[in-house]
Amino acid sequence: MGNVLILTEHQNGHLKKVSFELASKASELASHMGGEVQAVVIGSHVAGVSDLGKYGVKKIFTLFEASLEKYNTENYAAILSHIIQEHRPDIVLAVAGPMGKDLLPRVAARLKTGLMTDCTDLKMEGGKLVATRPIYAGKAFVDVKIPESTPQMATIRPNSFPIHERGGGAQVIPVVIPLGETRARMKEVVQGAHQGVDLTEAEVVVAGGRSLKSAENFKLLEELANVLGGAVGASRAAVDSGYVSHDIQVGQTGKTVNPKLYIACGISGAIQHLAGMRTSKVIVAINKDPEAPIFKKADYGIVEDLFRVVPLLTKELKKVLAE
Amino acid sequence: MKIGVLIKQVPDTATNIKIAANGAGIDPTGIKYVVSPYDEIAIEEGLKTKEKVGGEVVVVSLGPVRCVEAIRTGLAMGADKGIHIDDAGVVVDSYLTARILASVLEKENFDILFVGKQAADNDCAQVGPMVAEFLGWPQVTVVEKIELNEARSGAVVARRVGGGAKEIYDVSLPAVIAVEKGLNNPRYASLPGIMKAKSKPLTTLKAADLVGGEKARVEVTHYRLPPERPEGRILKGEAEQVVPELVRLLREEAKVI
Ligand SMILES: Cc1cc2nc3c(=O)[nH]c(=O)nc-3n(C[C@H](O)[C@H](O)[C@H](O)COP(=O)(O)OP(=O)(O)OC[C@H]3O[C@@H](n4cnc5c(N)ncnc54)[C@H](O)[C@@H]3O)c2cc1C
Ligand SMILES: Nc1ncnc2c1ncn2[C@@H]1O[C@H](COP(=O)(O)O)[C@@H](O)[C@H]1O
Repeated sequence: MGNVLILTEHQNGHLKKVSFELASKASELASHMGGEVQAVVIGSHVAGVSDLGKYGVKKIFTLFEASLEKYNTENYAAILSHIIQEHRPDIVLAVAGPMGKDLLPRVAARLKTGLMTDCTDLKMEGGKLVATRPIYAGKAFVDVKIPESTPQMATIRPNSFPIHERGGGAQVIPVVIPLGETRARMKEVVQGAHQGVDLTEAEVVVAGGRSLKSAENFKLLEELANVLGGAVGASRAAVDSGYVSHDIQVGQTGKTVNPKLYIACGISGAIQHLAGMRTSKVIVAINKDPEAPIFKKADYGIVEDLFRVVPLLTKELKKVLAE
Repeated sequence: MKIGVLIKQVPDTATNIKIAANGAGIDPTGIKYVVSPYDEIAIEEGLKTKEKVGGEVVVVSLGPVRCVEAIRTGLAMGADKGIHIDDAGVVVDSYLTARILASVLEKENFDILFVGKQAADNDCAQVGPMVAEFLGWPQVTVVEKIELNEARSGAVVARRVGGGAKEIYDVSLPAVIAVEKGLNNPRYASLPGIMKAKSKPLTTLKAADLVGGEKARVEVTHYRLPPERPEGRILKGEAEQVVPELVRLLREEAKVI
């Protein structure tokens, strides 16, 4: 008893970093309960799953089948529910991303238990999982728990937990579960214009606003983001002006990001924009207007024309990071 | 087609949220309530679907008496009927909300159900998939495009996922479709629409009669405001000096690069 089960995520046949974040946090929780961490990997083929052992996972249930290459709510829900019912973990954790947000509520309903979504912190209190999650787009926070039903389920916002290597190995256990016909079938994935680092998982986000004035000028931000291995984001005003697509809008009606470093370039800092980035660990604001509200939220501010500062910053970082 | 739309009434997104003095909720003083932004998109899609294929649009909302206003907004936009489930005396979470809604929806025989991607108050993004599970229907969430087939027996939908990518699904109906921004631009209620809404049918049910011995699974133990960020630092001087100083601070003080 006291086991924690995590649903891993992978891309292009490799586990994503966020899977190791989940594993690291799960092993901390499991050690409080004297239990172990178990992981589920669903897909067609994923290399290096036993790496999860380094982060404290003891058992890895794998389901590799060509038909599972593409995500499918009904099949994935059947698999996850089956594994949970068989192994009865106390806690189930997944990533609050496109898959976890679609899948976990369905599984929670099937198992007649509760789900805490998009959590930014987890701790054990009196033998129960207590999760902290933002509400009102980050304008307030709540602590929540699932006092009676099991398992206690939660989805975790990427970049919420550090990765800890603990050493140790895991047993890989292939699982076979008969799968039926499904009524929602993914036919294809159409890739977007912004490949590379996913905005919601990026450790660094460089965001631009209306002040960028054109799609062309967003290249300046891309260059800066590339030097830092980050992703580009935008305010709604930049999206509405047609400079960039809605896919990279940050804010209440866009994406929520949780990077280590958020660089806001020519963004005023409207409440709806702050909603999408306020949990960033460090915020840098570059804005001509010393009165811009973004400076109230920024750790470091530069009152200057972004068209002067951004290229200089890219150049300086290139130099410093090459050292 | 019989089209259902689930809507929730939430504080306007520009509201400054305050915590109630007893810490057990948010302070409702001065809050202006609106239809949750994604649910407006759900209503619009319901109306557009009806305009294309005929049928009726029913808006359903669970919540206190004030959410009748939200239902009236939906009716004023063009929906045909409203169902209000009064939550007096019942503490709900996403699970219980979905259970109660499903018990009502089961009897309505909808062909399609539009819901918001998430409600703009608790941001849970759970009720759609949970309702789909309780009804035994398929679901597609974060939908930014939907095209019904000729026979109205299914649809091709695009679901937005990370990095600007889209997943394209074939889904058979009935299904739950959770809508994302970009799907459409919700219309405003017209003055005649607002007048007409007053005489459209609105049924009121009581959540307490529908819980069927179930209760909320998730309990909120504490509300608080986000931690204040310490006063930031404005770096002063010429850009040529300030930029290297910023890079140094990011490395040595903040340790983020
Ligand atoms: C229901 C609703 C939902 C919303 N959702 C979102 C959302 O998800 N995300 C979002 O971002 N917004 C959202 N908004 C919009 C939000 O209220 C703001 O209008 C928007 O964030 C402003 O974008 P901006 O900062 O780019 O533009 P502006 O407010 O116009 O600010 C531009 C800033 O750039 C500065 N500037 C100009 N030129 C330069 C220069 N050369 N160098 C440096 N600085 C310069 C100016 O001083 C100014 O501060 C929403 C609004 C509503 C009502
Ligand atoms: N109380 C409610 N009444 C009607 N619909 C709701 C209610 N709560 C949530 N919904 C629907 O479910 C969606 C997701 O809500 P949530 O899971 O709370 O984020 C909303 O956008 C609504 O469409």
